[in-house]
Amino acid sequence: MTCTEFLAILDEVIDQSIAAETRAEIEVHMKKCGHCEVVFNTTRKTIEIYRAHELYELPTDLRDRLHNAIMEKCKKSKGPCS
Amino acid sequence: MMATIQSVAGDEGQHPDIALVERVKAGDISAYDELVRKYERQVFRIAQHITQNREDAEDVMQDAFLKAYEKLDQFQGNAKFYTWLVRIAVNESLMRLRKRRTGKLVSMDEDIETEEGRVPRDFADWAPDPEQNYDNSELSEILRKTIQGLPRGFRVVFALRDIEGLSTEETAEALNLSVPAVKSRLLRARLQLRERLSRHFRPGAKPAPPPRQAGSPAGKRV
Ligand SMILES: [Zn+2]
Repeated sequence: MTCTEFLAILDEVIDQSIAAETRAEIEVHMKKCGHCEVVFNTTRKTIEIYRAHELYELPTDLRDRLHNAIMEKCKKSKGPCS
Repeated sequence: MMATIQSVAGDEGQHPDIALVERVKAGDISAYDELVRKYERQVFRIAQHITQNREDAEDVMQDAFLKAYEKLDQFQGNAKFYTWLVRIAVNESLMRLRKRRTGKLVSMDEDIETEEGRVPRDFADWAPDPEQNYDNSELSEILRKTIQGLPRGFRVVFALRDIEGLSTEETAEALNLSVPAVKSRLLRARLQLRERLSRHFRPGAKPAPPPRQAGSPAGKRV
């Protein structure tokens, strides 16, 4: 496996949607290739960090206000069964 | 969820949203209240990722839920309600951007003219648990600035697929893109973010990033 081939299936590796056989080839390549190992680990970490941190929080009072506004608008509209 | 407790024979395996949608269609608005509560934070976040503006995101959130309610009879049970809702939210967000840009067409499938993220350039490893070198507000600022610097077409694919957890197919459906287009954008978004975060997360990185580096193209480190 080359670095280019590795990069081409990086997403599948990260999303773990990959055949066991290919997975073994990837392990072998990463043992030999420090660059691809770093790319794999730091890309996976990038996703993990973004998943773990809420960037656009909706404070409870604002959430309630918007929620109520939505429901008010819906009640005033003709609705789906018009 | 409540809906699964009351599940009727023959409903096995059906997504609980379907029962709520049926109730709304039958005139029970309290079922819509449940659906809004379930997805309002996600819709707000998605609108923020597209518009990058808090007020716009608030408006989009309201417009998207109202539109979904009014168009609910067009919703086909063969798709997930959530994916359908996200698609409406994406369209509302793009319309909002168009208004801001005085009528200039904004779409999700415009060409992205950047070479950044085609191949990795930075091969420095990161510190172990690098996010712990920053306090929460510093980290949020880094993460926000970094993702906001991505082209919209990359940013939104990453947000739907990796942050909100839609599948590749659902992301394609919500953005009206092909599956290969989603895949190629996702890889480049992930690589760009990785590359940009690297300067904060390599061992010994200073908590205060030098501002002049922001937005500059990837350096020739290799
Ligand atoms: Zn390699």
